[in-house]
Amino acid sequence: MPEYSLTTSDKLKARHASETRFRWMGRIAIFISLGFLVFMFAVITVRGIGALSQTRILLKINFDEQLIDPQKSRDPQQLAIANYKPLLTKAMGQLFPQVTDRRDKRRLNRLLSSGASFELAEKVTKDPDLIGTTQDIWITAASDVDLFIKGKTDNNVEEKLRRLKNKEVNWIKQLEEYGKIKKKFNTAFFTKGDSREPEMSGILGAMIGSFFSLLVCFIVSFPLGVLTAIYLEEFAKKSFLTNVIEVNINNLAAVPSIVFGLLGLSIFLGVMNLPRSTPLVGGLVLALMTLPTIIIAARASLRSVPNTIREAALGLGASKVQTTFHHIVPLAMPGMLTGTLLGMAGALGETAPLLMIGMVAFIVDVPQGITDIATSLPVQIFLWADSPEKGFVERTSAAILVLLIFLVAMNLTAVILRKKLEKKW
Amino acid sequence: MAKQSKKKNKTVNPKLKNNIILSAKNVDVFYGKKQAINNVSFEIPENRITALIGPSGCGKSTFLRCFNRMNDIIDGCKVTGDIRFAGQDIYDPAVDVVSLRARIGMVFQKANPFPKSIFENVAYGPRIHGLAKSKDHLAEIVVSSLKRAGLFDEVADRLHDSGTGLSGGQQQRLCIARAIAVDPQVILMDEPCSSLDPIATAIIEDLMESMKKKYTIVIVTHSMQQAARISQKTAFFHLGDLVEFGDTEDIFMNPKKIRTQNYISGRTG
Repeated sequence: MPEYSLTTSDKLKARHASETRFRWMGRIAIFISLGFLVFMFAVITVRGIGALSQTRILLKINFDEQLIDPQKSRDPQQLAIANYKPLLTKAMGQLFPQVTDRRDKRRLNRLLSSGASFELAEKVTKDPDLIGTTQDIWITAASDVDLFIKGKTDNNVEEKLRRLKNKEVNWIKQLEEYGKIKKKFNTAFFTKGDSREPEMSGILGAMIGSFFSLLVCFIVSFPLGVLTAIYLEEFAKKSFLTNVIEVNINNLAAVPSIVFGLLGLSIFLGVMNLPRSTPLVGGLVLALMTLPTIIIAARASLRSVPNTIREAALGLGASKVQTTFHHIVPLAMPGMLTGTLLGMAGALGETAPLLMIGMVAFIVDVPQGITDIATSLPVQIFLWADSPEKGFVERTSAAILVLLIFLVAMNLTAVILRKKLEKKW
Repeated sequence: MAKQSKKKNKTVNPKLKNNIILSAKNVDVFYGKKQAINNVSFEIPENRITALIGPSGCGKSTFLRCFNRMNDIIDGCKVTGDIRFAGQDIYDPAVDVVSLRARIGMVFQKANPFPKSIFENVAYGPRIHGLAKSKDHLAEIVVSSLKRAGLFDEVADRLHDSGTGLSGGQQQRLCIARAIAVDPQVILMDEPCSSLDPIATAIIEDLMESMKKKYTIVIVTHSMQQAARISQKTAFFHLGDLVEFGDTEDIFMNPKKIRTQNYISGRTG
C-alpha cells in the first residue's frame, strides 16, 4: 500500500497560494473602488458643507413710512417695488457713524447683499404692520463677506488684488466685535430659485424642476414600458419581428443620452411645438431615455416568475389576460418598480438631453407646473460650476451633495422595495 | 357553460359511448421538427383511474397535456389527430380553451400553489368562472374542496396563511383542492407524487381512490408500483409510441408486447 500524505503536497501549496492571491486581488480592487467613492464624497462634503450656512449682519431697521409708503396706501404692489435701499443705508450708517465719506459709505453698503433690499420688501409685503416700527433684522451679507467669515479668502494677498480692501476687513472685524455678524443656517439655499448673487441663490427651483420632469417621465415611461414588456414577454409569439424589436430595445438602452435630447428637440419642440425649457418636454425626453431601461428590467422580472405559476393559472381555465394580470404581473411588480426606480434615478442625474431642449436657462422663479420654464438639479450644478463668482463654488458642491442624497435615497428605496415585496415560492 | 355543466357532472353523460370520456385517434405531437408522439390512439373510460407509464422522455406527459391543450402555450408545439372529450373535438377552432380547462383540471409534477393564501388558492378558480353565487357560497366551495382533497382538517385554522408555507404533500393536495373547486369532470395528474415522500404519496393515492367516484383521473407516473396500486387502466408509452393499453392487471401480469415485458421486469427503462 503506497503512502499518501493528506497534509503536505506541492499541489496543495500552489492551490492555496493562488487562492490567497486571488482573494487579496479582490480585496484590493474593492478597496480602490471604495476609496475613490469615499474620496469623492469627502471632497464634495467638505466643499459643500459651507453652503449650509450664510453670513448675516444684524441691523436695526427703521421702517420709515415716509420712505416706503408715503401715500399710506399699503398697496402690496406698491410695497413690493418701493425702494428699501435707504433703510439699509441708514441702518449701516448708524452702526458706523464714523464713516462719512460718500465712497466709503457706498462700500459700506456693499457689505450687504445686493438682494438685501428685496428681503426687506418681502418682509414688509407680508406684514405691512412693520411700517413705522424699528426691528432688529439679520440681513444677508454679500458673498465676499461670507467667504471672508468662512475663511475662504486669502488675506495675505496684496490689497490691490483682494476683493475686500483693508477698510472693509476692518469693518467686518468691528462687526464681529459687536457680535453683529454671524453665520446662520442658510434657509435661502433650500427655499429660493437661482440668482446671479451667490448668497441669494437656492436650489428649490431646480429641485422642483427635477421633480416635475421626473413626474412626467414616470407617468409616460412606466405604463408604456411595463405594457410593452408584458406584451413582448407574455403575449407576442416569438418571431423574427420580436427578435428585431428585442435587439433594438437593447440598442436604444445604449444610445448616448444627448441623442435623445436632439430627438426631443426636433420632435417635441420642432414638430409638436411644445413649450421649450419646460419640465413637460424634459420629462418626455427623459421618458424616451428611460423607456428601454424599464422595458428590459420589466421583462427580466416577468421572466423570473416561474412558469409553474402560468401553468397553474392556465390549467385552472384562466384566460391569458387573467393569468397575466391576476398572477404574473403582481408577482413581477416589485422587480418592475425597482427597475423603474433605478431608471428614474438615472434620469434624475441626466444633463445632456436637457441642455438640448433648453432647460439650461437662468431661471429665478420656482416653477409652478410642468409647463413653466425650469431647470433641473444637474443642470443647475452645471450652470453654477460655470459661474465666475467664487461664492458659487461651495453652492455647486452643496447642490451635488443634494443630488447625490436624492440618488442614494432612490436607490435605497429600490433595494428596500425589492426586499420587502419579494415573494418566495 | 360553466353553470350548466355543473348539473351535467352529477349524472353520467348519456351521450357517452361505453362510458368513454376521452378518446384519442391517430395523434401526433411535434416539437418543432422533432416528433414526440407517433400516431397514438386509445380511449379513456369515465370514473376510472388511467395510468400512463413509461421511461423518461417517452412522451407520456406530452400526451397528457394534449387533453387540456396545455401544449398550446409551448412555442413550436403542434398537435395533429383527433382528440375528443365527451364526443367533442377539443382541437376544433371553435372550442373555448378556457371552458375546456374548466372541465378538465390539471395537477402538476411540482406543486405550484399561487403565492397567496390557502383560501385564495382554492377560491381563484370558482371566482374566475363565476361559480359562486355569494361570498358564503364561495367559502362553502373552498371548504368542501379542501375537505375532498383531505386537507381541510390540517389547515382549517390557517386558511389565510400563505399556500406556499405548507409542506410538499400538503401543497400538492392544495393543488388538487384547487383543481376540484372548479368542478371538473376529468383531472389530469402529471407525476403528482414524484417529489413527495412515501407517506405523502400514500395519502394522495388514497385520495385519488376516493376521488374516482366523482372524477375521471388520468395520471402520468414514473412508478410502476403506483400505477399497479391505483389504476384500473394502464397505457405503456415508449419513445413516443403507445406500446400497450389495457386493464392494469393484464399489463402487469400478462403483458403482450416484448417492450412492455422488458420494462415491467426492469430490463429497460
